[in-house]
Amino acid sequence: MLITISQLIIGSVDLIAAFLLMFGLWRMASPVTAPSGILVAGVGMLAAVVASFLYIFTVDAAAKPHLPLNIGLAAAALIIGAGVAWWSGRRVAITAMPQAVALFNGMGGGAAGAIAAVELFGRQTHGATQLIVTLLGALIGSISLSGSIIAWAKLDSLLKKPLHVPGLQIFNGVVLLTCVSIGAYVVFAAAGGGASLVAMPHLIEIFFAIALLYGILMTLPIGGADMPVVISVYNAFTGLAVGLEGFVLQNPALMIAGMLVGAAGLLLTLLMAKAMNRSVAKILFASFGPAKKRRQGAIKGSLKPVQASDAGIFMRYAKSVIIVPGYGLAVSQGQGKLYDFVKLLQAAGVKVKFAIHPVAGRMPGQMDVLLAEAGVPYDLIVQLADVNEDFKDADVALVIGANDVVNPEARTDKTSPIYGMPILNADQAKKCYVVKRGDGKGYAGIVNPLFYAANTFMVYGDAAAVCVSMSEAVRGLGAPAAAA
Amino acid sequence: MSFQISIGGFIAVYIFMVTAFAGWVIIGRVPAILHTPLMSGSNFVHGIVVVGGIFTLLNASTPLEQAIGFVAVLLGAGNVAGGFAVTQRMLAMFQSSGHAGHGTKHPKHAKRAAPSAVKSISPKKP
Repeated sequence: MLITISQLIIGSVDLIAAFLLMFGLWRMASPVTAPSGILVAGVGMLAAVVASFLYIFTVDAAAKPHLPLNIGLAAAALIIGAGVAWWSGRRVAITAMPQAVALFNGMGGGAAGAIAAVELFGRQTHGATQLIVTLLGALIGSISLSGSIIAWAKLDSLLKKPLHVPGLQIFNGVVLLTCVSIGAYVVFAAAGGGASLVAMPHLIEIFFAIALLYGILMTLPIGGADMPVVISVYNAFTGLAVGLEGFVLQNPALMIAGMLVGAAGLLLTLLMAKAMNRSVAKILFASFGPAKKRRQGAIKGSLKPVQASDAGIFMRYAKSVIIVPGYGLAVSQGQGKLYDFVKLLQAAGVKVKFAIHPVAGRMPGQMDVLLAEAGVPYDLIVQLADVNEDFKDADVALVIGANDVVNPEARTDKTSPIYGMPILNADQAKKCYVVKRGDGKGYAGIVNPLFYAANTFMVYGDAAAVCVSMSEAVRGLGAPAAAA
Repeated sequence: MSFQISIGGFIAVYIFMVTAFAGWVIIGRVPAILHTPLMSGSNFVHGIVVVGGIFTLLNASTPLEQAIGFVAVLLGAGNVAGGFAVTQRMLAMFQSSGHAGHGTKHPKHAKRAAPSAVKSISPKKP
């Protein structure tokens, strides 16, 4: 009786939780409703976790004697895991968000892998289908765990350079194939000989070890600017692993939530890859490598440096300014200072917009969050597709810490590695200021003809420092004139 | 009467198919400006794996199972709590022009939008 009631309650609560999680993501369609969306999802999650303790009444006979200890362990793990993660999640800087997301994502993958491990090491399996799904979930979850940790280390600058070893891709392929072969052998051995999995724990151990190794090897060669894709992929992987283990545990809430995230991750991955003009396969399995020597057509024009103060004053008397912020702005922590400058311009009657490229930053949409943190209202932030037409009517395009995403070669030069990549048309503005630390090339390692264009002027310096000088210059003009 | 849930292989494929489709539609609606919160939000959603971890740990009958189950719950709980904390924080920062300057719940920002910067410039309201 108690079992039946427990199952009824767990089933109902999980159903509601699954709905609330979906509904929470549904509300993410607008910045207005999104904050309540995450709360809705949070309520669903909390209910599911609390209800899961009713599993106490449904445990099988073998586990009954261990129940008190298990309950204690579960409570301790919940409190420690949630406590530490909550504490660090509250404290982490917004600029460090990609690392945090990668780390929390890896945890989810690890949890899914651990559930699979318990199934594989301990219990009798329920047939070939279950076994295959368990192994698949174990493989994907493990890759997600170790891969996310490497991604975290890269984003946190613990690992600086992408690893380039000739033949690494082939080696990786062999590693993955070995892992899959072991899994296949386990399935056949269990199905054919009827042997319990307990008889081959070492194979399972090796399986997990190789899966984890593959995650590491797969992520090591990928460069920093490709991280938006990598994080999206691992997010999808973890979702998939959770969904698969949900099937193994016969829990539809896990299946639904996992698959939902799997689809989300896949969609974001494709969006990011499209914005980078590279296929997902190329990003994951063929890193840029040392920049290929390519003869670049002779570039006409010259670099024309100007003072930050002059640029600032010019913008003060412009009608409309579109700002293109890039990762360089985030590196110099200049978002707040940039917005201070923007407020001065707005007070002087200048129309200002921020134009965001989809891959600005180290994860999808990171630049939007960084600007939001600096206090920029979201209605000033416009995405590529909606803003590109406006550049030709703008008096000034201010490119700050961005490079490849405003390279007009992407439109015109068929031999360019970034040809076809959607770019922001900063070159079409009447005048273009580029704030840059030096003459360095962008991530793609190519020269940007925009910088040499007749109407482009270079402002050299750290993005944050330049913003401060521009603000000072505008303030030096005296009180803002009343807007006409 | 029993409420034990039993999902066969085929039903599972159906569930996965419909959910993937729904997920694609739901996520497709999210504007690019919210892609980072979306990612950490979906990261939070797959934290429901902690429920599976609790189930596994409660059913553990050997020290090895208990140890791995403990790790599963620990990591799953971290996923849930961290994912929620981070997402909620980010979403609280998104303000429209109408609300700008009134400060957000985020203490760092409140400090930055200190009186001097906001009051000296009266924002033009359309």
